[in-house]
Amino acid sequence: MQNLISIIIFLPLIAALILALFLRGEDEAAQRNAKWLALIATTATLFISLFLLFGFDASNTDFQFVEDREWLLGMKYKMGVDGISILFVMLTTFLMPLTIAACWNVTDRVKEYMIAFLVLETLMLGVFTALDLVLFYLFFEAGLIPMFLIIGIWGGKERIYAAFKFFLYTFLGSLLMLVAMIAMYVDAGTTDIPTLMNHTFAAESFPVLGIQVVGGMQTLLFLAFFASFAVKMPMWPVHTWLPDAHVQAPTAGSVILAAVLLKMGGYGFLRFSLPMFPIGSEVMSTFVLWISAIAIVYASLVAMAQEDMKKLIAYSSVAHMGYVTMGIFTVNQQGLDGAIFQMISHGFVSAALFLVVGVVYDRMHTRDIAAYGGLAVRMPVYALIFMLFTMANVGLPGTSGFVGEFLTLMAIFQVNTWVALVATSGVIFSACYGLWLYRRVMLGQLIKESLKSIKDMDKREKAIFAPLVAMTLLLGVYPALVTDIIGPSVEALIGHYEVALNDYAPAAELASAGDH
Amino acid sequence: MTSSDLAIILPEIFLALYAMVALLVAVWTGKDKVASLLTWISAAVLIATALWIMLSGGETRVAFSGMFVDDQFARFAKVTLLMASGIVLLLSEGFFARRDALVFEFPVLIVLSTIGMMVMISAGDLIALYMGLELQSLSLYVLASIRRDSLRSTEAGLKYFILGALSSGLLLYGASLTYGYAGSTNFGEIFAAATDGHVGFGLLLGLTFMISGLAFKVSAVPFHMWTPDVYEGAPTPITAFFASAPKMAAMAMFARAMHDAFGNAVADWQQIVALMALLSMYLGAVAGIGQRDIKRLMAYSSISHMGFALVGLAAGTEQGVTSMLIYMAIYVTMNIGTFAFILSMEREGQHITSIDSLNMLSKKEPVKALAMLILLFSLAGVPPLVGFFGKFAVLMAALDAGLVWLAVLGAIASVISAFYYLRIVYYMYFGSDQVEQIDGTMSPIQWTVLMASAAIMVLGVINLFGVDGFAANAAASLVIN
Repeated sequence: MQNLISIIIFLPLIAALILALFLRGEDEAAQRNAKWLALIATTATLFISLFLLFGFDASNTDFQFVEDREWLLGMKYKMGVDGISILFVMLTTFLMPLTIAACWNVTDRVKEYMIAFLVLETLMLGVFTALDLVLFYLFFEAGLIPMFLIIGIWGGKERIYAAFKFFLYTFLGSLLMLVAMIAMYVDAGTTDIPTLMNHTFAAESFPVLGIQVVGGMQTLLFLAFFASFAVKMPMWPVHTWLPDAHVQAPTAGSVILAAVLLKMGGYGFLRFSLPMFPIGSEVMSTFVLWISAIAIVYASLVAMAQEDMKKLIAYSSVAHMGYVTMGIFTVNQQGLDGAIFQMISHGFVSAALFLVVGVVYDRMHTRDIAAYGGLAVRMPVYALIFMLFTMANVGLPGTSGFVGEFLTLMAIFQVNTWVALVATSGVIFSACYGLWLYRRVMLGQLIKESLKSIKDMDKREKAIFAPLVAMTLLLGVYPALVTDIIGPSVEALIGHYEVALNDYAPAAELASAGDH
Repeated sequence: MTSSDLAIILPEIFLALYAMVALLVAVWTGKDKVASLLTWISAAVLIATALWIMLSGGETRVAFSGMFVDDQFARFAKVTLLMASGIVLLLSEGFFARRDALVFEFPVLIVLSTIGMMVMISAGDLIALYMGLELQSLSLYVLASIRRDSLRSTEAGLKYFILGALSSGLLLYGASLTYGYAGSTNFGEIFAAATDGHVGFGLLLGLTFMISGLAFKVSAVPFHMWTPDVYEGAPTPITAFFASAPKMAAMAMFARAMHDAFGNAVADWQQIVALMALLSMYLGAVAGIGQRDIKRLMAYSSISHMGFALVGLAAGTEQGVTSMLIYMAIYVTMNIGTFAFILSMEREGQHITSIDSLNMLSKKEPVKALAMLILLFSLAGVPPLVGFFGKFAVLMAALDAGLVWLAVLGAIASVISAFYYLRIVYYMYFGSDQVEQIDGTMSPIQWTVLMASAAIMVLGVINLFGVDGFAANAAASLVIN
C-alpha cells in the first residue's frame, strides 16, 4: 500500500479530531465514549501497523514503504521505515492501547486526556518514520506540547514545576539541534535524511575561540545533536528533569514517557549521529562511553536511596539508558543490536513497572515505599507480576532485560575494558535496588492497617499486563525476533561508519584524540 | 508622465481622499453618532484596498523620478498591513462602542496612519520616507492618547510623542548627513555612492543615525523603552494596532532603506543590525518574565519578535529579506489573534489585563483556551505551529549568511521567551479556581478572528498558504544582487 505509513500515523490524530469536534459533555457516558473511541483507534492503529511489520523485508537495508511529497520552503513530506525504525513504530503502536486502558479510571477532563494521548501517538510515530530533517524536528518537538499538558493538568502535587522543567530542558536541547539541522541544510543543500546519510560533512579541524576542534564541523554538529538527544535519553548529568517529570506525571504519562519518548534520543543517535557525523561520533565516543558508565553506576546508586517508587524506577531508567548509549557508541554489531534490543525491552519493562506502581497507587494514593509492606499476602497475582518485571529490570536470563545488557556489555568489553568494568558493576547495583524495592513493598508481614483490605488486580489490570508479560518472556527466550529484523540494517550502518572513518585522511590525529 | 505617476499611487490617493471625505462627512453630520458606521466602512475600504493591491500587476513601477517605488516587496508589505489595519478596526468597534468611547476620529486616524505606512514602505527617497513616517507617527501619537479622559492613555501618548520626536530627529540628522555626503536624497544615488562595498565615514555616520531612528520605530533594543509603557497605557484596540500594522511597516521600511540605499555596503550595517537583533531577542525574552500584565507582556514579546525579524534582515541577503517578510506576516497574524482574545478579557464589564485572571480558563471556556494555547505555543515558536516556520526561516537565513553565533544565541533566546508564554498556558490549564476569573463573552467578530488565527497556525503547516512564495518574490524585487 502506498500510504500505509501516513494512515498509521494520522489515524490517532483523526480520532482525536473526532473527539474534539463531536464529543460533548462531561458526564459518565461521554467519558466512556471518549475512552472507548481512543481505545478502538489505538487498537486499530496497532493492527494496521502489523501490515507494516509483516510487509517489511528485513534483508533490504534501504528505507521501505517510502512516501515522498512536496512540502513548503523546499522541504519534503517524506516518510519511511528501515530495520532500525520499524521496531520503534511497533513498540509505540503496541503500547498505546495498553496506555489508554491503563487510564480507564481517570475522571478529570477525560476527553482532553484522550485527545492528548492520541495526538501524542501521532507525533511519536512521526518521529520514528520521518525521513526529512525538518519533518523529524517538527514531530520531535511537537511531542512536548501534549506531554507538557499531560504532566501539567493530570499530574501530581508538584506538577507545574515538573512540567516547566520538562518543557524548557528539552526545548533548549532541541533548538540547538535545529540550528545544527539548518547548518546541515546550508552545507548539503537538502533536508532529505537518506541523502544526508551519504553526505560527507567537513571534518577538517579548526579553532573555535582558541580551542582546536578535532573533527571540525562534524564534531560541532554532533555536539548540537547530542545536546538534544542526551537530554531526551536522558544521560547523566542532564537527566534531572526525568525523575521530576516521572513522579508528577499520571501513570499513563509515565508509561509513555519511559517506554517511548526516551527512545527518541537513542533512535536519534542511530539515525543521525552515527551515519551523518561518523568522524564527530568517533571523536566523542570515548567521552560518551564514560558518561554512560557513570550514568549506570550513579543512577543505580541514587535509585537505592529513593523513598518514592516512581522516582526509583525513573532513576533505574536513567541507568538502563546508560547501557543504550554505551552500546551505540561502541559501534559494533553486538553493541548496536544490544542497544536497540535494550530500548525495545526497556519499553516493555519500564512501562510494566510504572503500571505496577500505578496499580497500588490507584488503591492507596501514595507512592511512598514506606507506606507499603507485605502486599504479597493479599495480592498474589500482583506479587507474581511485580516479581517478573523486577527480574526483567535486573536483567535475569530468560527475560528480555538480560539480552540487551549482555550484548552491550559484551560489545563494550571489546572496545574499552575499563568502561566495561565500571558498567558491569551497575548490574549488581540494579539487583540491589530492584530486589530491595520488592522486599520493602511486597514481602514481610502485612502490618499496616490501611493495607488490610487492599484488593488484588482486577480483570482489566490483568489484561493490560498479559501482553507485556508475554513480550518480556518471548524476547527473553527468543531474542532473534528482534535481532533478525534489525541485523541487516545495523550491519549496513556499521559498514557505512567504518568506510567513512577509513576515508578520513587524518586518521592518526583522530586515533590520538581518542586516547585521552 | 504625471498621469502615469498618479496611476501608480492610486491606492494611496484613494485612501487619502476617503479619509478626508470621511472626516468631513462625520464633522458635518452626526460626529460620534456615525463613528460606528464609519469604522465599519473604513475597515471595508482598507480590506478592499488590500485586495486591490493584491490583484494589481506584478512588475516594478517607479513614480515621481524615483520618489515612490511600487514593487512586489511594497505590495507584500502593504497587503499585510492593510489587512491588519482593517481587522483591528473590526475588532475595536465593539470594544469602544461598549464603553461609549468610540469617536469618529478613531477610524479616520487609523486610515491616515495606514496611508503613511504605505508611503514609507514605497519610499524611494529620504524625503518621501520621512513624509510617510511622520504621517504615520503623528496619527499614532494621537491614537495612543485617544482616551483624553484617561490619565494613562494621555501619558502613553505624551511619552510616545516625545520619544518619537527624538527618534525622528535622529533619523532626520542621519538623513541630512547622508544627503551631504552622498549628494542626493534618492536611494539609487546613495546606493551608487558606495562602490567598493563600504561607505565613507560621513555616510557611515548618516547610516548609523538613520538606523537609530528606524530602530525606534521597530522598537528594537536599545530604542525600545517606549514600547511597554505605550502598550500598557494606550487603549487595548490601539495596542493591538501598534503591535501589528506599524511593526510590519517599520520593518519593511527598514529593509527598504538598508537594501535600496545602502545595499552596496551590507557589511557596514550588518553588524549594527545583528547586535540590535541580539539585544532585542534577549531583552524581550528576559524582561517579559516578570510581567503580570498581558499588554506589557505582549510589548516585551513584540520586542523579542522584532529581534528575530531583524536576524533575517541582518543576514543582508535576499533570503534574509524573504525570511523577515515571512516572519512578519506570521507575527502579525498571531498577534491579531492574541489581541482579539485580550480585547475580550473583562470581569463585570471592566476590561482587565492581568494574567492571573486567566486562571483555569480551560474549564470554563475550553474552545477559547485551546485557541489561545495554539497561539501562545506558536508565539513561542514550537513546531508544528506556524510560528516555528518563521523562526526556522530567519535562523536559516542567518546561518546561510555565516552568522552562526547569532543563530545559536537566537535559538537560546527563544527558549527563554518560551517561559512566559508557557506561564499563560499554565494559568489557563493548570491554575487554581480560587482566583477571580474573567467572565466576559466575545463578540462574534473577536471570536472569529481568534479562531481563524489559531486555525491558520495549525493548518499553515501544510503549505504556509503559499506565503513563502510571495515573500520570495517580494524579496527578489527588493534586493539587487
